[in-house]
Order: sequence, then C-alpha cells, then structure tokens
Amino acid sequence: MSQKLLLSAKEIDIILHRLACQILENHPDFSDTVLIGIQPRGKYLADRIKKILEEEHQISNLSLGYLDITFYRDDFRRGEKILEANKTDINFIVENKRVVFIDDVLYTGRSIRAALTAVQSFGRPTEIELLTLIDRRFSRHLPIQPNYRGRQVDAIDLEKVKVNWVENEGEDAVYLVSR
Amino acid sequence: MSELSVDHLLGIKYLKPEDIQLIFETADHFKEVINRPIKKVPSLRDITIANLFFENSTRTRLSFELAEKRLSADVVNFSAASSSVKKGETLIDTVNNILSMKVDMVVMRHPNPGAGVFLSKHVDAKIVNAGDGAHEHPTQALLDSYSIRERLGEVAGKKVVIVGDILHSRVALSNIFALQLQGAEVMVCGPKTLLPKYIQQLGVKVETNLIKALEWCDVANMLRVQNERMEISYFPSTREYTQQFGLTKKIVDSLNKEIVIMHPGPINRGVEITSDVADSEQAIILDQVENGVAVRMAVIYLLASKIKR
Repeated sequence: MSQKLLLSAKEIDIILHRLACQILENHPDFSDTVLIGIQPRGKYLADRIKKILEEEHQISNLSLGYLDITFYRDDFRRGEKILEANKTDINFIVENKRVVFIDDVLYTGRSIRAALTAVQSFGRPTEIELLTLIDRRFSRHLPIQPNYRGRQVDAIDLEKVKVNWVENEGEDAVYLVSR
Repeated sequence: MSELSVDHLLGIKYLKPEDIQLIFETADHFKEVINRPIKKVPSLRDITIANLFFENSTRTRLSFELAEKRLSADVVNFSAASSSVKKGETLIDTVNNILSMKVDMVVMRHPNPGAGVFLSKHVDAKIVNAGDGAHEHPTQALLDSYSIRERLGEVAGKKVVIVGDILHSRVALSNIFALQLQGAEVMVCGPKTLLPKYIQQLGVKVETNLIKALEWCDVANMLRVQNERMEISYFPSTREYTQQFGLTKKIVDSLNKEIVIMHPGPINRGVEITSDVADSEQAIILDQVENGVAVRMAVIYLLASKIKR
C-alpha cells in the first residue's frame, strides 16, 4: 500500500477559504440558508467552513446540522462490511430553506443520493446544493455533480482518496492511497 | 463491534454484553428517527416480516408492527384465533406455509416455552421471540434496561427489584438475565407462592417484604399479577396481595430516596400499583413504551443486516 500527497495543509486552507467565499457569493444573507454536514466525514469539513464564515466573514446566524445517511443507503446487506450508524443532529426544519450539503469526497454519488432522501424527513427545502472538497471525476454512478468543488481528482476504482483533519487524524492532508 | 453474535433473538440468555451494548447504541439512533417529523427510514424496503401471535397481545404486537413499518419492511400479521391452528395444523407446518410466501423474518409469541428455539432449528428465517410461555420475553427486558440506562445513565452497578408474580413471568426471567449481563444487582420480591423454588440459583436476592426491597433498590419493576396463567390460587385475595405488595404513594414517599418505578404493562391500577404512583414523575412507564419501538427497530435492523441475498 502506497500513498501520495494530493493536498497539503496550506493548500487545504486556501481551498477552504475559497469555498467559503463561493458559498457567500451565492448566499449573501444566511437567514434562509442551512449547512448540513454528511456524517461521518463531512462533519469536519462542515465545521471548518462554518468557522471561516463566522470568524472571517462575521456571519452570525449560521445554522449547521449533521445528517447520518446509514439507514437510507442502497447497499444495506450488500457489502461485507456491516454499516455503522452515526448521530444525526439537525435541530431545525429545512422546509423552505436553501440547503448546502457538505461532504469530503464525492465518488459514486450514492451517499448524496441517500442524503437527498434522508433530508426529506426534515421538510421540503427550496433547493439543495452540494459542496465537496474532493470530486473524483469519471467515477459517478448517478447524475450528481457538486456546486462547489475543492479539487478535482482522477483516480481509478482501486485507489482511495483519504482526507485527514487535524481534529481527528492530527494533520490536514489529502492522500491518494493505492492498494 | 458492529454485528450481533446471534442469528436470532430467542432469549437474553443467548446474548453477550456486547450485543446488548450494540442494540442500545443502534436504538439511540432510532429514537432520534422516531422523534422526527417523518418517522420512517427506508432500510428494510426489501424485507418481509411475519408477526405470528399464537397468544394475545396488544402493546407488544403494536410496538413490533410500528418498529417494522418505521423501517419500511413489509408486514403480515397472523393471530392464532383466526387461523388454521384451530384446525390442527402443527407449528412447523404453519410457519413453513408462511415462509413459502417468501418471508425473511418471523416475530413470534407462543404459549409454549422454547417455541422460538424449536422454530429456529427447523425453518430458514430470522426468529424474534416476542414471548414464549413463562420462559423469556427478550425485547421487553431490553427496553426495560434501555429505559433504566436512559434515566440513570447506566445499568451497571444499579440495584433493581422485580416485584410480583415471578413464577409466571417471562418478563422477570429475561430481565434477570439482561440486568446481570450488564452488571446490575437483582432482587425478586413477592409472595412465597409466586417465587420459583430455586430462583436463588440464578444469583438473585430474594425478599418477601416490599418495604425492605424498596429501601434496598434504585429501580422497582412492578409486574402484573397474571391471573390468566394461574390455575390455582396463589394468594388468598387480590385485596390481600395489594395490601402486602401493592405500591402506593404513601410507601414511595416514606422511602428516604427517590427510586425509579417501572411497569411492563398492562397495569392493573389499584392492584400492584396505585394510579398516583403510576402517573408520577418517578414512573417511566410511558418512556418504556416509547423506547420499546426504538429497541425493537434496533433488534430487527441488526438481525436483518445478517440476511444475505
């Protein structure tokens, strides 16, 4: 198993600031906008984006929730690995809100498909956008594309894109791991 | 751990402590789900579950059915009163006939102890025991422990007294196993005639004085007197039972601590527990009912995740 560095901490920092600004461009007023981090790995990215928006752009009315999609996945009982659930923490209704999904890696699009179904339990949003740090091009199973994209990566199915965060792994970095 | 060590839920005595832990952690997620505006997830879309009730039940059947429907499973119901069982069909035949219609899981209540175990050896479906005679009622014990965990933070180290008809109670037996597995201390309390002779061998304390039992415990689980299972009289009169083993406000207030009061339902108000106690802040009887759906969702979800196509 070998791994190649795709993004360093500095590059990630620059990209996160750009993504925050791009959201701000489309959502100048956050009164109708909510951010939803997709569990488990989208949580860290969502927290970072929120921090930048609050600290550097003085957004004070930001709603952030975390959505677990385990029970909505279409591969229940199909894989070898048993699915483990995470915590859903959404203390607002998304009815008539503009929702921004946040996840670290967009690969087949199936997680986002599940998230689109899962979020319906919290109301009918006016629109849903997708922000992702890494977009794995040419590997989609479904017609799903990000609205805000950190970096586009071409990787084959045998490779895995691993996003590390200081909060969890002790460093900010994105690796391409080949098996 | 992310998988149950068992393929069926036949009784608590077949479970490991980690299984209970996993069921509770999964139930936490489902409790969040059933408190959403839309209380349903699509996980079990392709699973069909048969609820076979060879014995009457209201809340357990409703609770199972709700749990199954909130997981999006297809559900068929069957009750013995309106079936071919009356015409002399055997249990295996009945169940195999139902399984021929491609059912993946069977939730069964049966008057004979061990009916679930028997079935699990002869049919190809996941079996959930919803009560077999006076033997076990595992999901009730799980939801009882889950409710204790919710109210008191943890089950380990807590002192729980089970009061009433221990002899005829599958709830008592499953509760004893479940509580001990999680490191709680268990006492049983009731008239001598309703305590099984060798109950001490299960490692429980035995007490025939309600006040002493309540002074010892953190949690009191008040069982119903099961008149329908008693062919003979086990105590002179209901009135005398109530005087000795009925929980009243006066007794609860006389204790020098606040205990948690539970009841698996249905309540005989004024017999084993008075209304003012059953409806008090200390009673978590309705929490038990709510948690029952979440815990059953967890059990069904975890068993279904072991079905391979």
